[in-house]
Order: sequence, then structure tokens, then C-alpha cells
Amino acid sequence: MPKIIVEIMPKQDLLDPQGKAVANALQRSGNREISAVRIGKRIELHFDRPITDQDMENASAQASSFLSNDVIEDVVAITKED
Amino acid sequence: MKIGVITYPGTLDDRDAQRAIRLAGGTPVSLWHADDDLKKVDAVVLPGGFSYGDYLRCGAIAAQAPATKEVIKLAAQGLPVLGICNGFQILVESHLLPGGLIRNEKQHFVCRDQKLRVENNNTAWTSLFEENEEILIPLKNGEGGYIATDETLKMLEAENRIAFRYLDTNPNGSMNDIAGLTNERGNVVGLMPHPEHAVEPGFGPDTDIAMRSGVDGLKFFQSVLKMAVNS
Repeated sequence: MPKIIVEIMPKQDLLDPQGKAVANALQRSGNREISAVRIGKRIELHFDRPITDQDMENASAQASSFLSNDVIEDVVAITKED
Repeated sequence: MKIGVITYPGTLDDRDAQRAIRLAGGTPVSLWHADDDLKKVDAVVLPGGFSYGDYLRCGAIAAQAPATKEVIKLAAQGLPVLGICNGFQILVESHLLPGGLIRNEKQHFVCRDQKLRVENNNTAWTSLFEENEEILIPLKNGEGGYIATDETLKMLEAENRIAFRYLDTNPNGSMNDIAGLTNERGNVVGLMPHPEHAVEPGFGPDTDIAMRSGVDGLKFFQSVLKMAVNS
């Protein structure tokens, strides 16, 4: 199924408590080489037809205006999968 | 004076907000999120709760609702709007107020009677308070940590747009102890704590005088009603 994948991460300088808790758990179970974990979101937009350039533009606009909040998050990637 | 209260899927405190409006002497009007008709109300309250299950981000989906779009439009013309807790999150996601709200610093849902200082009594919802008046109203949230860029914080401080600050303790890690904000015009106010839960003796926070006697929340609603009488 054709889809556009939007990946969103909490801003770099923002505390990511979820990631910190997971990092602590990983380190407790012996994964000491993992120094930090950050957790973001992957959002898939599905289409029933091939994806156009217009779809990509629209997804990009929605990614920055609605799917993410630029005060706390960054859109790190928008990719297409056929 | 008619004050609308919008109910979204997942709203919890709409009835309490309506009750507070009634106790203050106003007429509450129930509004529905999917309806873009605000029924000619004179002011609007966006109540607390978990609209749309807090999906995506708290308040993000509610910010797209037809009723909210109408609120955004009318707020620009001066309609008084009060956002409480999830309502504050909706105002931030609607860009009626700047910044963002994130998970509490210590990860816990916090429920307590919270002391605040009214820093700006020049708004539609705070005019009956004294400047720097200390008030006590309930606070209950999981994602109430206010954040903004340094630039935004400087602007908020310089323009006196921080309406309320946490006193004694900062319950959620909010920057600059920010509990609530106002817009430039003073008609839009949002805060994390809940004034509508401190409006009737016997059901409010404990005070030095008596148990559950705190009614500091009442003045929010009386302030907006007073404005209507004067205009």
C-alpha cells in the first residue's frame, strides 16, 4: 500500500522522560553501551492510489502544522513508500 | 449574560464549568465540538478533561474541531475565552496562546490545592482580583509543564502576559513558574489549575477559615460577567 511516513522526535534540548526511563531499564539489564534513548513518533498516511508530488507537499504542510508542534517537536523525516 | 461551554469527546469538567457560571450569576450554554454555531454567546469556556483521549498531543485534535475554529475566529474580534487545563492545552494548540505543555517534570499526575499569584488583573477573566492577589484553587494534571522558547518567555514577561504564577511549589516543572497566560488583548486566558472547582462553600479547597470553604475560582466568572454589565 502506498504510504507517506512522517517521523517526529522531541526537540533535542527537551527532556525526553520516556526515553530516559527506557535507557535506565536497558542499562539495568546489562546494555551498558547504550548511553541514551530518545523516543519519537512514526505516523503513516495511507493512500489507495500512487502518491503524487502534491500529496508529499500536503503531507509536509500537515506534518509541520498539525502532526507535530514545533515548540516541542521536530519533523525529522518525511518519506514515501510505494 | 450567556457563557458557552464546549463539550468535546473526552471532556470531563463541562458540567462543573456550567455550574460555576450559574453560581457566578451567568447563564451557561452547552456547546458541542462538532457544531460551528456558538449560539451567540457572550463568552466561551473550554473546560478540562481529555479531549479525544489526548491522542497525538493534548488538545491537538480539539484545536481542529469546528467549534474551536469558530472560537479562534471570534477571539480575534474580542470574544472572552477561558481555557482550563485541557482547555488551556487547546488554546496553545490553536495558537491563541504561545508555547506548549508537556508531561509533568516528575512524570506523575498531580492533584492538589494549588496556591497561585494573579500577576495580571487586566484581563476579561481576572479583573475582580487585586494585582498580585494570592489565590488557592485545585490543580489536577499530568501534562501541565509549560515550555516556550527563551524569546517567547522574554516577550511574555515584558508584556505582562503571564496571568498566573505557581506559588510555594511548582507542581509540574513549568518554566518561569507559569500557571496561566493571557493574550495581548486580555480577552483570552488559559491556565492549568481549575477555578470551576472552587466556587461553592463546602466543595472547594480547605482554607485557614474552614474545611472546603475556598471559593477563589468564583471571581474568574464574576469578572467576565462584570465586563458585560459595564459594556
